[in-house]
Amino acid sequence: MSKAHVTTTINGDVVEYLCEPDQSMLEVLRDNLELTGTKEGCATGDCGACSVSLDGRLVCSCLVLGVEAEGKQIETIEGIADGSELHPIQQKFLENAALQCGICTPGFIVATKALLAKNPDPTEEEARYFLAGNLCRCTGYDKIIRAVLDAAAEMRGAAS
Amino acid sequence: MESVQYHAPQSLEEAVPLLKQARQTPSRILAGGTDLLIQMRAGVKSPEMLIDIKKIPETTGFEIGADEIRLGAAVPSAVMDESPELHQQLPGVVEGMELIGSTQVQGRATPGGNLCNASPAGDGAPAMIASSGQCVVFGPNGVRTIPVEEVCTAPGRTSLADDEFIQEFRFPTPKAGQADAYLRFIPRNEMDIAVVGVAANITVDAGGICTAAKVTLGAVGPTVVIATEVAELLVGTKLDDATLEKAAEIASGLGSPISDKRGTAEFRHRIAGVLTRRVIKIAATRAGERL
Repeated sequence: MSKAHVTTTINGDVVEYLCEPDQSMLEVLRDNLELTGTKEGCATGDCGACSVSLDGRLVCSCLVLGVEAEGKQIETIEGIADGSELHPIQQKFLENAALQCGICTPGFIVATKALLAKNPDPTEEEARYFLAGNLCRCTGYDKIIRAVLDAAAEMRGAAS
Repeated sequence: MESVQYHAPQSLEEAVPLLKQARQTPSRILAGGTDLLIQMRAGVKSPEMLIDIKKIPETTGFEIGADEIRLGAAVPSAVMDESPELHQQLPGVVEGMELIGSTQVQGRATPGGNLCNASPAGDGAPAMIASSGQCVVFGPNGVRTIPVEEVCTAPGRTSLADDEFIQEFRFPTPKAGQADAYLRFIPRNEMDIAVVGVAANITVDAGGICTAAKVTLGAVGPTVVIATEVAELLVGTKLDDATLEKAAEIASGLGSPISDKRGTAEFRHRIAGVLTRRVIKIAATRAGERL
């Protein structure tokens, strides 16, 4: 079976790759492009660990085929920090100890960025509903939600 | 999973040779992929060819006309949910789609895919049927139009031929005093599959009399149940409490629900009545606000 040639943009860089037509975007990111920040949890779209932004929309990269990325814009966890400068969401996750094992964390951070782009001042309930597709088996979520609301407050402050 | 061929036609015309090939080659239509890719990975479906329809203009976007609303079959539910105009015109249809899965899944899941996955518990179909949706089905010989209720024939099965797909839905634009609604019961707050889902499309006149009604029940049978007896009961009434109680009683007796981990058949019958009563009220209130 012949591989497909795909040209796409990942974290602002034009990237070309060859992939099998049935490879998921998650597999392409991790196995072909060595962008291993995006994690595989369930591979069935239930856990959100593999969340990426596809043309500005939050998706599970396990539910997207690598070939579907042709001509698209993808943002992964590797594109969140500005060089060595952590994004406020990352900083607040650290300050609130909003992670333990860390497998869900990249997905939560990418999803939180999508939430705050859409709703810079979410209520706790809005944040919990938006992030319902991101599962964490360690923290019990409270610290994550605190980090999200803290990051939202900081980002609103920086913007004003 | 075995490797497959992937094609993303840019137009209906470009899709024709692929659809002809699909008569011989086991194929699946790819829209949002939120069911299909999981089924492929689990080995439940093993197509040799995928036809991605998302680049075909007719499958994307929506337009609200004076008489008709066109909704592309591959519009993600998140896009539907972000449209105040769609919420205004077809709130029930939008409610069905925006209840599906997580934020991430809503970024991909589509009405055409939800319908063609043909799950008895699919959230999309009940309101699409209650609001008299029609499917524009494309094949090598052109298009044909069928009511949404004629698509699903059994769990996981549709009436579409191997060389056809749904390009778009068409709904009559609701008139003054007409509105729809969808309600489902799940054991959790979010991210679950309907135990029962009920949709209603209600028309009322200035005197509060119901002049037209369509009520549909999901997850109480292999395909959506159209509750004709409930609709007939409602027309001509003021949708008073006694009428709604009677409607709930009839709805509780419909369908042939199964018992599974989400609920027993007995519970599904009971909750179908409760949801029917509530969803008629919601649709009627919305209908009154549109007079």
